[in-house]
Amino acid sequence: MSAATLLSFAIMFALVCTVLAMLLCGMRLVIGPTAQDRILALDTLWMTTMLLVLMLGIRFGNLVFFEAAMLIALIGFVSTVALAKFLMRGEVIE
Amino acid sequence: MLLFSLIFVPFVGSLVAALLPADARNREAWLAGGVTVYGLVVAASLYPEIAAGEILRHDLPWLPAQGLDFVLRVDGLAWVFTMLVLAIGFLVVLYARYYMSPSDPVPRFFSFLLAFMGSMLGVVLSGNLVQLVVFWELTSLTSFLLIAYWHHRADARRGARMAFTVTATGGLCLMAGVLVLGHIVGSYDLDVVLAAGDRIRAHDLYLVALVLIALGALTKSAQFPFHFWLPHAMAAPTPVSSYLHSATMVKAGVFLLVRLWPALSGTPEWSWIIGGAGVCTLLIGAFAAIFQHDLKGLLAYSTISHLGLITVLIGIGTPLAMVAAIFHILNHATFKASLFMAAGIIDHETGTRDMRVLRGLRHKLPITATLAIVAGAAMAGVPLLNGFLSKEMFFSEALLVGSDRNWWMSAAAVAMGIFSVAYSLRFIAIFFGPPATDLPRVPHEPPRWMRFPVELLVLACLVVGVVPAISIGPILDVAVHATLGASTPQYDLAPWHGFNLPLLMSVIALVGGVLFYVVLRNRFDLHARTRTPLIYRFNGAQAYETVMLRLTSGAEWLLRWLGTSRLQPQLLIMIIAMLGVPLLLAGVPTQWTTIPRQGTDPLFALVWVIGCVCAVAGAWMAKYHRLAALSLIGGTGIITAITFLWLSAPDLALTQLMVETVTTVLILLGLRWLPPRIEAKELETPSGVWLHRSRDMAVAVAGGLAMAALTYAVLIHPASDTISDFFLLRALSEGGGSNVVNVLLVDFRSFDTLGEVTVLSIVALTVYALLRRFRPAPESTGVPAQQGHSLDPASHQTPAEQANSGYLMVAGIYLRLLLPFLGVIAVYFFMRGHNLPGGGFVAGLIFAVAILVQYMLAGAVWVENHLRVRPHRWLAFGLVLACTTGLGAWLFEYPFLTTHTAHVTLPLLGDLHLPSAFVFDLGVFAAVVGTTMLILVALAHQSVRAHRLPSEEAPQDSRRPS
Repeated sequence: MSAATLLSFAIMFALVCTVLAMLLCGMRLVIGPTAQDRILALDTLWMTTMLLVLMLGIRFGNLVFFEAAMLIALIGFVSTVALAKFLMRGEVIE
Repeated sequence: MLLFSLIFVPFVGSLVAALLPADARNREAWLAGGVTVYGLVVAASLYPEIAAGEILRHDLPWLPAQGLDFVLRVDGLAWVFTMLVLAIGFLVVLYARYYMSPSDPVPRFFSFLLAFMGSMLGVVLSGNLVQLVVFWELTSLTSFLLIAYWHHRADARRGARMAFTVTATGGLCLMAGVLVLGHIVGSYDLDVVLAAGDRIRAHDLYLVALVLIALGALTKSAQFPFHFWLPHAMAAPTPVSSYLHSATMVKAGVFLLVRLWPALSGTPEWSWIIGGAGVCTLLIGAFAAIFQHDLKGLLAYSTISHLGLITVLIGIGTPLAMVAAIFHILNHATFKASLFMAAGIIDHETGTRDMRVLRGLRHKLPITATLAIVAGAAMAGVPLLNGFLSKEMFFSEALLVGSDRNWWMSAAAVAMGIFSVAYSLRFIAIFFGPPATDLPRVPHEPPRWMRFPVELLVLACLVVGVVPAISIGPILDVAVHATLGASTPQYDLAPWHGFNLPLLMSVIALVGGVLFYVVLRNRFDLHARTRTPLIYRFNGAQAYETVMLRLTSGAEWLLRWLGTSRLQPQLLIMIIAMLGVPLLLAGVPTQWTTIPRQGTDPLFALVWVIGCVCAVAGAWMAKYHRLAALSLIGGTGIITAITFLWLSAPDLALTQLMVETVTTVLILLGLRWLPPRIEAKELETPSGVWLHRSRDMAVAVAGGLAMAALTYAVLIHPASDTISDFFLLRALSEGGGSNVVNVLLVDFRSFDTLGEVTVLSIVALTVYALLRRFRPAPESTGVPAQQGHSLDPASHQTPAEQANSGYLMVAGIYLRLLLPFLGVIAVYFFMRGHNLPGGGFVAGLIFAVAILVQYMLAGAVWVENHLRVRPHRWLAFGLVLACTTGLGAWLFEYPFLTTHTAHVTLPLLGDLHLPSAFVFDLGVFAAVVGTTMLILVALAHQSVRAHRLPSEEAPQDSRRPS
């Protein structure tokens, strides 16, 4: 088994796992039941998305994917912070 | 050019007059006088050509593609009217200088007056019918402004509104009529229309055009049944009444009829419509004038009656009648303008216009009295004055038409003569009798120059009345020849034609009028009458008010039944319409070429399943759970970004990620201020809730599916290879960048981008302006429930303290460290945008989010104390930069927004490739930062404002003694 085949299998496996994780996040997002559950699910969805994008970058061999992943890592939390602050304080910017 | 300046100069004068200081009475008068004198000199210099029968034309291309040119056309008729407008205008300006009191804001008055003069000259000189209508409406507008000059008075406002509604509605009818006429003739050019008379009269649409144009002319000239606006317009300052509502503007209607006489007249319809309206007006106006108590009211009804006389003559339509009509237009302008001015002097000097109080004025105002009596006699038609001449021409025309069958025509003419003598006597009577002692002011003669216009006009009445042939003869001849052309009749202007029937009618009118007045006065107690006998029931003003009231309440009724202030039903109906209408209109295409499917990726499909489920669940939640719906839509947004990435659209993916974040924050900011849902009845039963949710979700899903189907149809359709290949091939060679999307945005289609950025900025400024005055719903003004908890330490801290030492400390340190990083990332994405995914838009959003995070962390007050956020400047800077980059291309004689690529070699950095599109992109970046920040910060400041209110009230409460 060559390195390339190993890599492609590994990536496939990781991709499947990540998409399954996303699916679970999606389920939690839909089911809830509390708003906190939904916000956590959304945050996790952002995170798994970042991972998915990284792996897609390895799979397609495209550097742009890594930059997209970096952007998600940098600003993915912003909507989580906004939602959490809204829940906790009733408004986003005091 | 000289011709053009005739219209242009009054408008420029109007602009200058508006800018002078409020107390510059003399400067205003000099300016307005100068403008009119200039016009008079120019017009007079045209006389030799006009007298030779030439028609002067001056064409300026206006909308050449539509066959519309700005045409100025001067023939004899237009020239005479121009002279009339300018000469009376000059006298009115002189008079107004003394009439207006120092406390009146004169710039407004003279500005409107000059604008009116320009509009009126435009009507008179237009060689194109559409252009004529435009100026026509301008005269209505300026008349409205002038009537409402003293807008603190309710009667002025009411009169102005009434005059404007009637004349402007008439103007719209005229517009329609002109369009029909243009349709019949195939041109709007006056020369062409006038030459096509036979074709117009034979056309099926002749009656439609005639009725519409007649409506325009009759409303403007205050003809029955639209005459009611003129007496109410008397609330205007007297110079305005004398200029607009007796001498010029009300003449526009009869001018138009004379103008179009060659094209429209000569049919029974013409005679019945125009003549019929004229006869009614003539009698009603003259009769009602006798019973007025207001000096100006009497003159207004008399004006209505005289306009009716002119209209009857035009309705008769024989060449001799047209001569009489034009002659009477000129005569009426002279004596009525002088009478109005005299009435203004009397009002000015005595402080009242009530004829029941005024008497014996000849003792105190001997010169004014003499002038007014002479002008009044001209109005009555006393021999050796100009009114007599044209009235006698009218009598002879009435006799001619009347002959045997229509004997009532002659009877009406004599009746009108009797009435006009009676009201003239009523007017003159104020100068006789014992001097009044109960006047509000002790009268004395007005200033020399205030009386001068009256003297001049009365002199004109006399001269024309005694030696008409050598005084007015040549001028009248010019106008008559221009109107009638080959059919100009032989006519004789002389005060004495021997003993004939018209003279007898004049004598009957004079004697009968005196008798009628004496009877009315002695037996009928004229002064005690509060309403006009017999015809008071036909109250046009009342009918007008009723119609207006019905219209308003009808509109309210429609709004109540069809309108709603709630957004949800509007959205629902809109989406349903957008779903239904295209299906009905377009149908399914018959030919459908598709491309073969390119395999399935189960993982990608699974990702889509997540997105779809989130979207549908979001639609379900949106009805009653806003926050949950927002989270779900956030999930869909992420999936969309992944899709773009997976399908090789990295630019879109980056933008989508940023937009997703900004939108979530924006909606959350707005959610804070949304009022709670209206507690609807449906919430009382579970089935009601289910029904409404299902309905909304069905519509939402249908909308989504429709969009999906549309996208799918585009995707399976073979891509046309014309335009995208063009860009792919030329991006690097001509745009100097390998990122086609960015080159497309900032180079090939940069004009579109400039437009979009401008729209964005306008939206941001609008949001900002709206939010400045935003008052939230009372339910959401209070502090949110979460902040009111006394056990929570955050309740006692300012937002900044929370971030520095409170529960947000960890996040605070991390987020503040992140600010420079995000700045660097923004610069990075911006710099390489031309060749790799990125660019001004994404970079702008990243930068805006970097600042936004600081706001969320420590509150608006802290951030603005530590950081100068000036979204307006970002916005302005961005737009200016983008525009100047585009304009820069002009310096090198290239079209707007042409990109130039410079190669610069710098030490350390090496060879640099600098397209001017880069600067343009910088403008986009700044504008995007400005827009995003402006909207979000404006929303965020609502909280600061709301918090400030209770804290301001608190100290006051503590000081209040309890």
